[in-house]
Amino acid sequence: MLSLRNLYARVGEREILKGLSLEIPAGEVHAIMGPNGAGKSTLSYVLTGRPGYEVTSGAAELDGVDLLNLAPDERAARGLFLSFQYPLEIPGVPALTFIRTAVNAQRKARGEAEMSAPDFLKRARACAADLKMDFDMLKRPLNVGFSGGEKKRMEILQMALLSPRFMILDETDSGLDIDALRIVSEGVNALRSPDRSLLVITHYQRLLDYIRPDQVHVLAGGRIVASGGPELAHELERDGYDKFARAA
Amino acid sequence: MTAVKDTVDQVAGLEKYEHGFVTDIEQEFAPRGLNRDTVAFISAKKDEPDWMLAWRLEAFERWSAMESPNWARVSFPPIDYQDATYYAAPRTGGGPASLDEVDPELLRTYEKLGIPLREQEVLAGVVGAPRYAVDAVFDSVSVVTTFKKELAEVGVIFCSMSEAVREHPELVRKYLGTVVPVTDNFFACLNSAVFSDGSFVYVPPGVRCPMELSTYFRINAAGSGQFERTLIIADNGAYVSYLEGCTAPMRDENQLHAAVVELIVLEDAEIKYSTVQNWYPGDPETGKGGIYNFVTKRADCRGDRSRVSWTQVETGSAITWKYPSCVLRGRESVGEFYSIAITNGRQQADTGTKMIHLGEGTRSRIISKGISAGRSSNTYRGLVSAHPKAKGARNFTQCDSLLIGKACSAHTVPYIEARNGACTFEHEATTTRLSEDQLFYVQQRGLSEEEAVQLLVNGFVREVLQELPMEFAVEAQKLVAISLEGSVG
Repeated sequence: MLSLRNLYARVGEREILKGLSLEIPAGEVHAIMGPNGAGKSTLSYVLTGRPGYEVTSGAAELDGVDLLNLAPDERAARGLFLSFQYPLEIPGVPALTFIRTAVNAQRKARGEAEMSAPDFLKRARACAADLKMDFDMLKRPLNVGFSGGEKKRMEILQMALLSPRFMILDETDSGLDIDALRIVSEGVNALRSPDRSLLVITHYQRLLDYIRPDQVHVLAGGRIVASGGPELAHELERDGYDKFARAA
Repeated sequence: MTAVKDTVDQVAGLEKYEHGFVTDIEQEFAPRGLNRDTVAFISAKKDEPDWMLAWRLEAFERWSAMESPNWARVSFPPIDYQDATYYAAPRTGGGPASLDEVDPELLRTYEKLGIPLREQEVLAGVVGAPRYAVDAVFDSVSVVTTFKKELAEVGVIFCSMSEAVREHPELVRKYLGTVVPVTDNFFACLNSAVFSDGSFVYVPPGVRCPMELSTYFRINAAGSGQFERTLIIADNGAYVSYLEGCTAPMRDENQLHAAVVELIVLEDAEIKYSTVQNWYPGDPETGKGGIYNFVTKRADCRGDRSRVSWTQVETGSAITWKYPSCVLRGRESVGEFYSIAITNGRQQADTGTKMIHLGEGTRSRIISKGISAGRSSNTYRGLVSAHPKAKGARNFTQCDSLLIGKACSAHTVPYIEARNGACTFEHEATTTRLSEDQLFYVQQRGLSEEEAVQLLVNGFVREVLQELPMEFAVEAQKLVAISLEGSVG
C-alpha cells in the first residue's frame, strides 16, 4: 500500500527527514513514535504535499503511484487522509457544507457520481451518532469555537465520511480526555478493513491501547531507528526515547 | 449547501466576464458632447414637461462650474466630458412598451443575461416560488417593465423614471432631488442634467409590496455613458424590497456610469435595497477599458421608526466610487449597510457608507467585507456621525478585509463624529491574508487550490450574502467565485 524509500525532505534550509524508509501493507496499522522534533509531523506533511515541505530525494508511493508529483487534492482523491494535529477553523462554512463539498470533489476527481444530499445527510447523521456528536454542531462553521476535543472528533467524522484508503492520524490523542479518546478510537477502529491502512503518529502508548498497531516504529533524527511489535510501545513508555535518540 | 458545489461547476464552464457580449441593434444617439442642447435633446426625446427641462438646465449650469472630486483612493486620467454620448436608445424602444412590441434582439439579450422579462416564464417556475418584477433599462431607456398591472392592483407604482415624469409629476416633483440635492457632488449634478432612465417606485401607505422589484441596467452602446436615476418612496407603514443588477460589454475604452438613487422612507416604512454590480471590470492584465462607476445613493429615513437596508455586492467596474448612505432623521429610525466589495486584476474600489444620525434613538449597523486580489486596490471609507439631537444613537461597524496574493492592497478609512455625549459607536476591523494553512487544510480534503479559495471566500462573505433575497444570493455567490478566478497560483 504505502512505500517510502530513503526519503530526504527539508523545510527551508533545515533538513528534517534523512533517509526515511517504511513499508505499510494493506490492512495494517503502523504506529510512529518518537521524541519532539524527530520529524513526525513533517512526515505527515510530506506525504500529503504541504507547500514548503520539499522532498530532495527518495520515493513515496501509494499503491505503486508516485505521490510526490501530485497536488494535495489529487493525493486526497487517491485516498490519502490526514487527521491534523491542529485542525483549522473555516469561518462561515458550515461543517456539513464543507464535508459534502469535499466528498463530491473527491468523487468527481475519481470520475464517480456525486453523492445526493439525502444520502449524504443520512450518512452524516449516522457517523455523528457513532462519534457521540450533537448533529447541530455540524451546522456550525467548521471548527470555529470548537474545543480541542471537538475538533479532533470532527476530524474523525470527516475521515469516516470521506472513507479514505490510507489514513494518517497526527497526535489525534492530544487534547482528548479518557472518554473522548475511547469514542474517537472506536470511530477509527470501525474504519479498519483489509484494504485500508493506518499510520498513527503519537507520543504516548495510551492511544495504542485503543488502536492496536501491527507494528511500531521509532522515528528519531529523521529516520526510522527501530521497528517492532506492539511491545515496543510499552518499552518506550517505560524507558523513554533516550537510547534511540542516541542511536540516531 | 449545494451552492458551493454549484459555484465550482459554474466557474469551470465560464469565461472570465460572461456578460461581455454586444447586442447588434439599431440605435439612436444624441450628438457627441455636452451642452445645453444635449440636455434639451434628452428632455425632448423623453417628451418631458417644461419644469423637468428647467430643472435639468439649472443642474447643467451648476455642474459646469464644479470640479471632479479627487479625495478618493482611486486614480484615472481626466475624463473628457465632451467626448461622450449622453443618450443612446434602441430605435424601436422610445419608452416602455408591452413585451410584444419589444425588439426580439433585445429580448434575446436579456434571455442571455438570465433576466426573466416574460411574466409567464417567471410564473412557470415552481409553485409558490418567489416572483419578481423587472424594469429593464438598456443604455438610456427602459425597454420594458413587467408585472405592472398586478402591482397597480395593490396601488404600487413601478415604472421607468421617464414614465413617472409624465404620468406622476406630482410625486416626482415632490421628491426628486430632495435626498440628493442637485449640487450634492460633481457626479450627482452631472446626472441631474443628463439622467436618462431608471426606475420609479411608490408604495402607498400600509402596503407591503407583494413581490421583489428589480431593475436591470445594461450598457450596450460604445462611447456612451449611463446616467440612471432611481427614486423609491415608501409611504407610511409600507414595505418594499428592490434589487438592481448591472452588466456591460467588454470594451477597450472606459465608460462612465454616474447614477443617482434616492430612497424616501416615511413613518414605520421599510426599504430593502440590494445591488449586484457586475459592470465590465476592464482587462485584468493591462487595466484597459471597464466602467467608471461613480454613483450617489442615499436614503432619507424621514419618518419615525423607518428602516433602510442597503446590501451591495460589488464585483465589477474598473473604478468604483460609491457610498450608499442613510440620513436617520426620524426618531428610532434604523439604517443598515451590508457590503461585499471584490477587486481583482487592476480594479480600484473606494466604497463604503455614511450613517448620519439626526434623530433620537436612531440605530445603524455596517458590515463590510472587502476582498482584494491581483494588483487591485480596495478601500472602505465610512462616516458615522451623531448630531446634537441624536441622543441615544447607536452604531455598530464591522469592517473586514481579506487579501489574496501579494500585489493587492486594502485600506480602511473610518470617520467617526459624535456631537453629543449620549451615543454609542462600536467599530471593529480586521485585515487578514488568505491563510496558507487554511488553504492546505481544505486542499487536503480534496478541493483544488481554486476551489479552496472560493470556499474560504464564500465563508468570509456569508454574513452579507445572507442579507440578499434568496434567489439573488446564489447568483451573487457564483459571481464572487467568477470574480476571483485566476487570483491564485
